[in-house]
Amino acid sequence: MNVITDNLDLFFQGFLKTLGICIICLIGALILGTVIAGFRVSPVAPLRGVGTTYVNLVRNCPLTVVLFFIAFGLPEIGINQSYYVFGCAALIVYTAAFVCEALRSGINAIPAGQAEAARAIGLTFTQNLGSIILPQAFRTAIPPVGSVIIAMFKNSAILGAFGVSGDLLGNAILLTSSRGQDPTAVYLGIGFFFLLITIPAGLILQYLERKAVILR
Amino acid sequence: MTAENVAPGDDSATPKSVNEPGDQAALVRLTGVNKHFGALHVLRDINLTVTAGEVVVVIGPSGSGKSTLCRTINRLETIDAGTIELDGRPLPEEGKALANLRSDVGMVFQSFNLFAHKTVLENVTLGPIKVRKARKADAEQQALALLERVGVATQKDKYPAQLSGGQQQRVAIARALAMKPKVMLFDEPTSALDPEMINEVLDVMTSLAKEGMTMVVVTHEMGFARRAADRVVFMADGQIVEQAPPSTFFTSPSSDRARDFLSKILTH
Repeated sequence: MNVITDNLDLFFQGFLKTLGICIICLIGALILGTVIAGFRVSPVAPLRGVGTTYVNLVRNCPLTVVLFFIAFGLPEIGINQSYYVFGCAALIVYTAAFVCEALRSGINAIPAGQAEAARAIGLTFTQNLGSIILPQAFRTAIPPVGSVIIAMFKNSAILGAFGVSGDLLGNAILLTSSRGQDPTAVYLGIGFFFLLITIPAGLILQYLERKAVILR
Repeated sequence: MTAENVAPGDDSATPKSVNEPGDQAALVRLTGVNKHFGALHVLRDINLTVTAGEVVVVIGPSGSGKSTLCRTINRLETIDAGTIELDGRPLPEEGKALANLRSDVGMVFQSFNLFAHKTVLENVTLGPIKVRKARKADAEQQALALLERVGVATQKDKYPAQLSGGQQQRVAIARALAMKPKVMLFDEPTSALDPEMINEVLDVMTSLAKEGMTMVVVTHEMGFARRAADRVVFMADGQIVEQAPPSTFFTSPSSDRARDFLSKILTH
């Protein structure tokens, strides 16, 4: 167990980097997922088509395939970024498909009369979405969106395995492979630091769920 | 065959002229409107004109198409054939123009449909702020006056679910009035209310009618129809069977269908 105490700074730096990836991807996936969900319920058929195609393509591919496609495919057409940027982009693109579908379940749960009343006072589709539908959908969809987000936090480990260095998993590989430390202890430590992200995230979600409940 | 159904003889008793195109006072005009729900022909050759300031009450048995008729007027339901004009202009099909038109048509629903995540005050100010681009302070001042008028100003900071049905419906009326609509549509506004709350809503509607608001009211409240209507439109099986001033309609309906309907609802 000395591995952990001896390398606490490495674990802690990894924790911060992973936390940073999680926060960036959380924001990115929520925004992109919301936009795609907006496409999927849009009155404009081509937008609905784009949304549906996106979800069907991305959701049904393994995350590693999405990641490798972005990291090795995009440079082929002249887009070059660091593994860090490509890794975050892949995680956002992948998770957004799930956020979209979770959010859509929230949209479908809103009584039709809410959107009708909004249309009746003259709100445009975008205003309706922004003021009436999405605010209610987010509140209703906190549990499923939360599950997607926590899954994404855990999926972020794949970035370390892929070659983004300095995050929790990247440092674990450094410790076990390069420095020959005991994997059992190292991965116990890594698991602990992941729990330090995911368990508070779950608690925050519970709090949000209680606070955002809509009386009907 | 349909012609005799849509143009009853006593139509001339009402202050309108269906065939005069330049009629300034015609606020809502439906011409040859048809609609199907799948195989069901829910609106059959509907011709209806509502003049400014007129209160038209639409009654009829369940499934006669009266709610659908009401909802076509602000295009919450699309139509298969015919034209609907508001203030002389045909209804736009979609987009911003349609949203614009809807902002001039107030709508009150059977199930209130207040925005569940917004307070009473926010429900009333949302339209003026978002659609009319009113300043928040102005919108709130106007909203408070309207809530006062419908008797729920003390509830302004509550959420819809904390209000009784009657209070919710009165807020819904205030929300519609906040847009300063040219015409108000009421789609069975009291049908979801407990009996003791019906009158508080009907009282608000009656006072609106007295103040000269143009209203199309789909309802089963015959007392309201007698008291506030300028004209009663009786629908059955997707058609307008007859239309007459309430005094004529309730005492001597001209069609068998209306006589049959009235005998069923007025005897118990």
